[in-house]
Amino acid sequence: MAILVTPQTKVLVQGITGSFGARHAQLSLDYGTQVVAGVTPGKGGQFFEHKGTKVPIFDTVADAVKQTGATASAVFVPPPFAADAILEGVDAGLELVVAITEGIPVRDMVAVKRAMGGSKTRLIGPNCPGLVTPGTGPDSHGGCRIGIAPGYIHKKGHIGVVSRSGTLTYEAVYQLTTRGVGQSTCVGIGGDPVNGTSHLDVIQMFMADPETHGIIMIGEIGGSAEEEAADWIRQHGTKPVAGFIAGATAPPGRRMGHAGAIVSGGKGTAEAKIEAFRAAGIGIAATPSDMADTLLKMMK
Amino acid sequence: MNIHEYQAKQLLKQYGVAVPPGEPCTTVAEARAISEKLFNAGQKLLVIKSQIHAGGRGKGTFTHGFQGGVKLAKTLDEAVHIAENMLGKTLVTKQTGPDGRVVSTILVAGAEKIKREFYLAVLLDRANSRPLIMASTEGGVDIEEVAEKTPEKIVKEWVDPAVGLQAFQARKIASALGLKGDLFNQACKLIAGVYKTWWECDAAMVEINPLAICETPEGKETIVCVDAKIGLDDNALYRHKDILAMRDLAEESPLEVEASKFSLNYIKLDGNIACLVNGAGLAMSTMDIIQHFGGSPANFLDVGGGASKEQVTAAFKIILTDPSVKGILVNIFGGIMDCNVIATGIVEAVKETGLTLPLVVRLEGNNVKAGQQTLATSGLTLITGDTMADAAQKVVKAVG
Repeated sequence: MAILVTPQTKVLVQGITGSFGARHAQLSLDYGTQVVAGVTPGKGGQFFEHKGTKVPIFDTVADAVKQTGATASAVFVPPPFAADAILEGVDAGLELVVAITEGIPVRDMVAVKRAMGGSKTRLIGPNCPGLVTPGTGPDSHGGCRIGIAPGYIHKKGHIGVVSRSGTLTYEAVYQLTTRGVGQSTCVGIGGDPVNGTSHLDVIQMFMADPETHGIIMIGEIGGSAEEEAADWIRQHGTKPVAGFIAGATAPPGRRMGHAGAIVSGGKGTAEAKIEAFRAAGIGIAATPSDMADTLLKMMK
Repeated sequence: MNIHEYQAKQLLKQYGVAVPPGEPCTTVAEARAISEKLFNAGQKLLVIKSQIHAGGRGKGTFTHGFQGGVKLAKTLDEAVHIAENMLGKTLVTKQTGPDGRVVSTILVAGAEKIKREFYLAVLLDRANSRPLIMASTEGGVDIEEVAEKTPEKIVKEWVDPAVGLQAFQARKIASALGLKGDLFNQACKLIAGVYKTWWECDAAMVEINPLAICETPEGKETIVCVDAKIGLDDNALYRHKDILAMRDLAEESPLEVEASKFSLNYIKLDGNIACLVNGAGLAMSTMDIIQHFGGSPANFLDVGGGASKEQVTAAFKIILTDPSVKGILVNIFGGIMDCNVIATGIVEAVKETGLTLPLVVRLEGNNVKAGQQTLATSGLTLITGDTMADAAQKVVKAVG
């Protein structure tokens, strides 16, 4: 097993004909992911073709789900239309909606989260790299890749990785893979202040997943999601967790790239998060170069 | 994006929020005209406020020695004298840094007699993804201090975004502030207007500190926003052309403005090791690792997950305009992006900018061997690092 998605998961891509969506739909197909449908309003009936594979395009997510049985979606729709696209996926009864789009207004996400209350759909992101459950082929081919992460750096195995950031997640995954250690699932939850899935949500899934034996949790300054996850781990954690917090050197009051990465009113500092990690028995990586080694030492 | 106090008050006024009578101006002649108008309308006392984004204006000092960025004037001559000493002059406050900010606009307003001060703000509560209204009887002071020492003096009301602020919620807040009678009704209307400003303008934060009960020249008590601060959600500015027009580039660092033209996220810091990184998380942790090994980062710079050749060149130019930079660390994890394309971009950028400072490059990811080959055969004297730790230690050593 893995969490959230398996190599059998049928994926649709919202915004498959845009340049960004198309590029990553191709890369997911190359990786061996079951990309079964695309959605672009007005282009229903056409096909998205890539190396001999013809992926049908639909006008609505509901049509795509009905015709193909897709259960997960990757949203590559531009910011002004992204909230609508997410809610369309929720309405169509998808199990998982992964919003890659960066730059969605906070107010739109506040409304989306409220509208999603009580639905069975899980949202990951927005402003996230997506997730990867590695496959068994060469360079982890045959896995499920939803989003923009480089598939080939993964390796099938037993470490779960959760992070807000894209490239920092790749860094952790790459450290694991080059040490011969594989991953169960790697999840990027996104750098926005309002997101669908928290560190805690993913940590709980990893703890419940028999195939996951250890976890790397990467956080950053801003908010208190890392503290909440750490507090839960302190009380209920059953597996080794190593952590890293980015932004110890960031000046307060400045937004460090990610909309959510800001220390304001003395809240959300790296120190407070590292302290919460320590209290929960989470192994602290002193530098981002030590993420994999910190966990592997704990698992010896 | 942040806006000036006078602009915040303009927005609040549009949503029916009471603010003291007054107008912004950029010349002494205008200041005189507005002051005259306000005195003629019955105002006994005026307040003249320097419009800069930094806080601590009241206790600030102008570089020519004039004390105070917010001053009271009892007469027209006083008002003009103050305007002369503010407009075009540089104000230094505890938040501006020693260079200060040039005051190009002042707000001239009626200074009504303040009877009581409160605090009122609307912001996003990240913990439950809902708008939060915070109010306190402790106004005019640092709210973070109130939150720490007397948290019971802060009342909180969360708004359900599906239905918006309900009238009873505004009544709860007004009651908690101890307001009665006409002031209670005025406060309810004002709270609703402040919330509406937050929602309709896509604000990140609306802060009224102080909100105050004032006595008008006619002796009537009213509740008004004496000071106001609004920060906007940058992601939503595309649908607020009017608010975007309020952007004051003079308040932003020129290098940061230049960087934003190339979709680069650059923030200047105080150190001497510049870094150029793809991805916000990796960029933050590159700064951290430089510090970990005893160095000091000169900036945060995220060239984006993709990073094109043009962006890398622009990034180098921006980094090199900072005179305190003594060395550069490039840290790229090319996941999808071809490392050789990045390497070619780095080589071209170095040649184009005539870089002479020590440059440490750490490349990892897609087609990394070709990228390293490109760097090795470029004829440039750059240092390569295998891991982030290796690269960080090398750049710290090179800078000395």
